[in-house]
Amino acid sequence: MGELLIKNGFVFDPLQGIKGDRMDIGVKDGKIVEAGTLSAPKTIDAAGMAVMAGGVDVHSHVVGPKVNVGRLFRPEDKLFKSPHKSPTCSRMEMGCSVPSTFKTGYDYARMGYVFVNEAAMPPLHSPHVHEEIRDTPIIDNAAMPVFGNNWFTLEYLKNNEIENNAAYTAWLLRATRGFGIKVVNPGGSEAWGWGLNCVNINDPVPYFDITPAQIVKGLIETNEHLGLPHSVHLHCNNLGNPGNYTDTLDSIRLAEGYTPKNNFGREQVLHLTHLQFHSYGGDSWGNFESRAKDVMDYVNAHDNITVDIGQVTLDETTTMTADGPFEHHLCSLNHLKWANTDVELETAAGVVPYIYSPNVKVCTIQWAVGLELALFSKDLMRTFITTDHPNAGPFTRYPQVIAWLMSRAARDETMKTFKWLDRTIDATSIDSIDRELTLYEIAQMTRAGPAKALGISNTYGGLAPGMDADIAIYGLNPENMPSDPAEIEKAFSRCAWLVKDGTVTVQGGEVVAEPAKRTVWVDVKVPENAQVQRDIYEHFLRHYSVKLDNYSLFEEHLHNPRVIEVNTTE
Amino acid sequence: MPKKVENVGCPYCGVCCDDLVVTVSDDGKKILEVENACAIGNEIFHHATRGKRIQLPRLRQPDGTYKDISYDEAIDYAAKVLYNAKKPLIYGFGSTNCEGMAAAAKVAERAGAVLDNCASICHGSSFLAIFDNGYPSCTLGETKNRADVIVYWGANPAHAHPRHMSRYSIFPRGFFTGKGHKSRKIIVIDPRHTDTAQVADIYLQVKQGHDYDLFNAFRTALRGHEIPAEVAGIKREQILEVAEIMKKARFGTIFYGMGLCHSDGRNHNVDIAISMTRDLNDFTKWTIMAMRGHYNITGPGAVWSWQFGYPYCLDLTKKDIAYMNPGETSSIDLAMRDEVDAFINIGTDAGAHFPIEAVKHLRKHPWITIDPNICMASEISDLHIPVGIVGVEVPGIVYRMDNVPIQYRKVIDPPEGVLSDEEVFERIFKRLGELEAEEAAKGPAKAVPQGIRAEE
Repeated sequence: MGELLIKNGFVFDPLQGIKGDRMDIGVKDGKIVEAGTLSAPKTIDAAGMAVMAGGVDVHSHVVGPKVNVGRLFRPEDKLFKSPHKSPTCSRMEMGCSVPSTFKTGYDYARMGYVFVNEAAMPPLHSPHVHEEIRDTPIIDNAAMPVFGNNWFTLEYLKNNEIENNAAYTAWLLRATRGFGIKVVNPGGSEAWGWGLNCVNINDPVPYFDITPAQIVKGLIETNEHLGLPHSVHLHCNNLGNPGNYTDTLDSIRLAEGYTPKNNFGREQVLHLTHLQFHSYGGDSWGNFESRAKDVMDYVNAHDNITVDIGQVTLDETTTMTADGPFEHHLCSLNHLKWANTDVELETAAGVVPYIYSPNVKVCTIQWAVGLELALFSKDLMRTFITTDHPNAGPFTRYPQVIAWLMSRAARDETMKTFKWLDRTIDATSIDSIDRELTLYEIAQMTRAGPAKALGISNTYGGLAPGMDADIAIYGLNPENMPSDPAEIEKAFSRCAWLVKDGTVTVQGGEVVAEPAKRTVWVDVKVPENAQVQRDIYEHFLRHYSVKLDNYSLFEEHLHNPRVIEVNTTE
Repeated sequence: MPKKVENVGCPYCGVCCDDLVVTVSDDGKKILEVENACAIGNEIFHHATRGKRIQLPRLRQPDGTYKDISYDEAIDYAAKVLYNAKKPLIYGFGSTNCEGMAAAAKVAERAGAVLDNCASICHGSSFLAIFDNGYPSCTLGETKNRADVIVYWGANPAHAHPRHMSRYSIFPRGFFTGKGHKSRKIIVIDPRHTDTAQVADIYLQVKQGHDYDLFNAFRTALRGHEIPAEVAGIKREQILEVAEIMKKARFGTIFYGMGLCHSDGRNHNVDIAISMTRDLNDFTKWTIMAMRGHYNITGPGAVWSWQFGYPYCLDLTKKDIAYMNPGETSSIDLAMRDEVDAFINIGTDAGAHFPIEAVKHLRKHPWITIDPNICMASEISDLHIPVGIVGVEVPGIVYRMDNVPIQYRKVIDPPEGVLSDEEVFERIFKRLGELEAEEAAKGPAKAVPQGIRAEE
């Protein structure tokens, strides 16, 4: 592979604390090297531009069965909404809120992203997830299997058998080639097997007789027992309902007293995802209000927590989550079509289209809540930009979210379109916040922070020598930022350059190469555990509808793997 | 020593049994025994090594006979047909793996073809209902572990999905259903008293073509409103009784078949079935599932949804954007209107399944069949390309009727020299690229394709 020299750019690398210094970045054989060590590099002139590591998305639904249900059952998401094929890309790009795998890869690359963590993989469906990963070009993917309603997990944690649960977790990560522990509506999705839910952390799971609180604490202990790269990644109980911020605070408090144990530089024990959906006050849709301040006050004061915002982008989109009962609840609110998939012994997902309209008060308050979370944050290395794609909006809106965060004028302009502006201002603090984030802070929220939280900051999210040569260059001059926020949005939508693994992949906002992408997974060595082996054998013999030997992903269905090894036996 | 291969997936129906044990002869050339499979699945395996298999592509000659040709020649022919056609149709896929479907999609996109699968003449009407109303469903293991009420409506698994009832629905003992059959109520609704109806606790002989009325009556009854003394040939008391059973279930699943999606009402029948499932979820837990036919007919719907966003009837002829409009871009309709000027039949038998008028139109143009066996399609084709049998000679991922991916194995090698579907399409794709490059060097003119029977 050739050498590359990125010259004279304003470099933002929060992992090294570089805040817009003019620096050269060297690339050799797919890795970042000291600029001085290159012999005859090809040069990219980045003068007057912002240079960052390739973007890292901590939470996005891009591959897998429920994403595909969203694609399948919404033909209206394609017609008149898909772009014509780019002559520089090898495949068509179809879809809008739930894009095809090809469009997903290309669009992330155009925005300068290189790593996307699929937020929920039903373990039974892991071959499907990996097939879609194969067809998602350019970006590296990891996928988190869901554990919060898994019968093995419920049974072990009920009896406080952390070691057994850890052995099972290690087995499942290997069986599915998964990345970490995802928890969605702990206990609630199992209750949905009977059409029920767990509405707060003390609401016991039918039959299993364990509370969501016990599940979350048990999984945190399991995660730190194993020392996984990422922490427990939690979608709290009672998503989306007025007054749920108290349940959210109850959930976050479960992490009190736990400290991270790992060799990957991760500092949190709990990641709270799409916090916007969990930070509501009021007791009805009538007096629905923001409680972002209360939630962020707690998060700011506790270092062992990271969050992502789940920003509502005011689009027509497709909601999808392994929170089965919530999707049923949602379809009873908007009466649109509803898909549901309960997965034996593991989880239950639902999919419902949703229109976040600037004419609806609840939607505009949700919009404000997401931005408040980011703007109230005192540590943007622990607060990440997401839209919980596609739940609060498609990931292609990240540039717009960045513009809102960087510019009060951008926020004001959007607020002018609200039908219920006064009531939105009354129910939120958004109008009183003047804070505008900087490019450095955006780099924290979109690459350095997520990479650190995922435990992959030795490879992704930074520009230190030895790391992957994943470099995004944006047409923004920090010394002369555009006064029009639309220019910020434009710059982040289509990066000037993206270098992925040392290959120039995007140039002038167009994909010009499709370098091989990777599947990142975590392989944990644990001591042999006969009981867990027996439990696995028994459940597959009696309760699964597939054979144990056909459940684990066959090696031939894993594509271009990058293994992160964890050894707990030493 | 004969060798036993365990946990083998069965390439017959959408039940996708993955517990077969296949015994292969010492030399690995003959299948000796198949355990656990139904009679049909059993036959698929034995058939693979019983008699002589087609091992080389065969090209139709002017005198009407077939002549063996090499794979290279066959790939070249197929690529040229696709390249020269204005609107080729690639159809089938019920019986191949997802790898083959992905490769075929690549070819279709490059060639600007219409890409369609057997759902087009089967559960396509279910897709229409799903587009409108959603699909509250579950995996089959959920039904096995939880369901205490099972409804089969317009489906006859006793014949079409022989192990469905024993693996997933009526008979198995699951986690919360330890008493198996004894703990379940079975309701069968069908105009015919089928063999499935024999095992029902309650059988409703709905008047043919009146399924929609009966659903309507159930929905009305579930909401506590009055219904007439008789609806669709069923007495009010029986309707109320069944409505009450469904309402009081802990967990129920409605399995429906072609009796709903291909009798009068079609997608509307499925639509109201989904609506009833939604209604029932206000009281308790209910799910619904289409009894998909072939072992991997769910596959193309999945693969093409992630690749293009549509499950079937994909018009890729514009090459830069995909378009779907069943009725306009569906195989039968295209064929009946004679809009197709080349046809690839893959992993199905359009010769047997399509209306004769459609077949007659398609036959005017080049017709290529890609299939392991001799079938009606292969016998009227211009070119027959033999391939390995998925699940027997070719491994790969298939999707069960509940969208669960099952990893299939191979138990023996394909006959010497025979390629897989995926390899065939990958090579056609490569050849198409070469043709494009050659043509680009020459200039824009395109020849009109000529099937061997163009003069007829």
